[in-house]
Amino acid sequence: MRSPIQRRDLVLVAILVAMVAAISLRAPVFLSAGSLDTLITDGGILAMMALVQMLALITGGIDLSIAANMALVGMVTALVSRAHPDLPVAITVALSLALGGILGAINGALIALVRMPPIVVTLGTMSLYRGAVFLVSGGAWVNAHEFGPGYLAFPTSRTLGLTHIAWIAAIAILAGYVFLNHAASGRELYALGGNRPAARYVGIRESRALMRVYCLTGLAGGLAGYLWVARYAVAYTETALGFELQTIAACVIGGVSTAGGKGQVLGCLLGAAFLVIILNSLPMIDVSPFWQMAISGAAILAAVVLNSRGEARRGKVILPRAAAAEEVARR
Amino acid sequence: MSRVRSLVKRWETVLVVLLLAICVINSIASPYFLDLHNLFDSTQAFTEKAIVALSMTLVIIGRDIDLSVAAIIALCSTAIGWLATLGVGTTGLVAAGLAVGTAAGAFNGLVITRFRIQAIVVTIGTMSLFRGISYAVLGDTAYTSYPEGFEELGQGTLWGLIPYELIAFAILAIGFTVVLHRTVIGRRLFAYGNNPEAALYSGIAVDAHRFWLFTINGTLSGLAAVFLTSRIGATRPNIATSWELDVIAVVVLGGVSILGGSGSLPGVILAVFVMGMLTFGLGLMNVPGIMMSIITGVLLIVAIATPLVLRRIVPRRV
Repeated sequence: MRSPIQRRDLVLVAILVAMVAAISLRAPVFLSAGSLDTLITDGGILAMMALVQMLALITGGIDLSIAANMALVGMVTALVSRAHPDLPVAITVALSLALGGILGAINGALIALVRMPPIVVTLGTMSLYRGAVFLVSGGAWVNAHEFGPGYLAFPTSRTLGLTHIAWIAAIAILAGYVFLNHAASGRELYALGGNRPAARYVGIRESRALMRVYCLTGLAGGLAGYLWVARYAVAYTETALGFELQTIAACVIGGVSTAGGKGQVLGCLLGAAFLVIILNSLPMIDVSPFWQMAISGAAILAAVVLNSRGEARRGKVILPRAAAAEEVARR
Repeated sequence: MSRVRSLVKRWETVLVVLLLAICVINSIASPYFLDLHNLFDSTQAFTEKAIVALSMTLVIIGRDIDLSVAAIIALCSTAIGWLATLGVGTTGLVAAGLAVGTAAGAFNGLVITRFRIQAIVVTIGTMSLFRGISYAVLGDTAYTSYPEGFEELGQGTLWGLIPYELIAFAILAIGFTVVLHRTVIGRRLFAYGNNPEAALYSGIAVDAHRFWLFTINGTLSGLAAVFLTSRIGATRPNIATSWELDVIAVVVLGGVSILGGSGSLPGVILAVFVMGMLTFGLGLMNVPGIMMSIITGVLLIVAIATPLVLRRIVPRRV
């Protein structure tokens, strides 16, 4: 049993601490309660979505449709809220979970039952769901004043000092940790991603496990869609555009392998924290927001290169003089 | 019977039927469809993506993927626009576009092969990096002035009919098809796309091939940027946003396995025209552009799912 905290995580923690120190030297306001609160709230949605993305990545799959799912569910809940402003929040939440779950189940059915490659399925449903946002809204926006008051208030109102987004994310993270480390159905995902034929031979029900994964990404996507739209108080066709890549980036920075079989909740959280800190701190240290994308791109590359060097396994060289053999060993 | 079956089994045949069906429906639905001028004109809307799809096909057959192509287009277009403001002429701009694209592609290839990181991971990073540089340079401004004659590249036509872009695509398409299906380079590509380890043991320099494929993918993205910039006459940092997914979708629709190792360029070229004619037809019928997104999604899923489902329903003869 490997220790849950790996060396790579410690390196990432050190980088995070150095980053926070450097940022707060230039802009002490970064460490203020208000700023940290924003950080946790913004980071909450990313952390939750990176976590479910990690489930898909662990099985050797991927879910490119989660941002489109968020946009579609967000838009539907927004339209419902506009039509019925006094709808209780509980119903909105249930609706977003149900819709998101259905969208996820469509992915799951195509991946687990039809056995299509996840990247193709979710590329397709990504286009499909994104187009559907336009279809249900007619291309129009739902603006801040059109939402019901309860709809907008819930995600950012507080219990015990923290926003509900932060609480939901915390619960999701805890559940994810227990699921991946202490539930047989969670451990199965590592087996499937690590060695699929072997997983089949030991009797893991592949279809059921994959279906579960994509239903979970769908459920989380639906909930996150509502939280996102309510937090920013606007729903439009491009809601959360490109967010799926941020979730993948967070995972990859946190040491999750896109080849499957590898990934821990802690790493994933650190990756999400890394991205959110970079994206949120730039305006504070007077860097133009237009630099945001380039810097996060460079940071992703730096992180994965560092990770790959830390991970480089020294294989046994069987044929020392054959260059090809050495190349194989380094794989 | 068996000949019919093997013909139907070929994906290219399905695409030809699809293309004919779309053209027939379009010409019934709109009197403007079967007009030679309109038809050639409509190709300009997809030729740039089609050019990138050629090299993307090879990348995907080789078990890799490149998500950064649209960002490379943005980067090249920004370089072209910037040099144009410095007074560089048309030839210089074309050279710069190709050079920046090649360099960006080589950077992808270098990081992927040198550090042994999965292509999808590296190109997610460079996708942000390359487009991010465009945003850093341009912010919310745009380049809109280009030297005399530059617009001719993307807007000009041969004999007032055939766009230069389409001619460039045709030449490249023939070249790529020959290389992939008739040379040892193509055979090696299929070999390592199917089984990289076995290919390595049989003496194929897999990483060198992968490096050059990413570089060429960058070069063709640079060429696409030259045509696109010339055609629309402006560079904003959001130029060609999410084109990478359109390009990958058309490659997959063309019958290339996303898992690598199989596919054909004629299939991809047919898929390019299927998507192009479909978009054109919908445009003639005043269907909003975003509907194309739904259709692309459905088409992609149906195209890949149908053979898989059929294989299960129709029992295989022993």
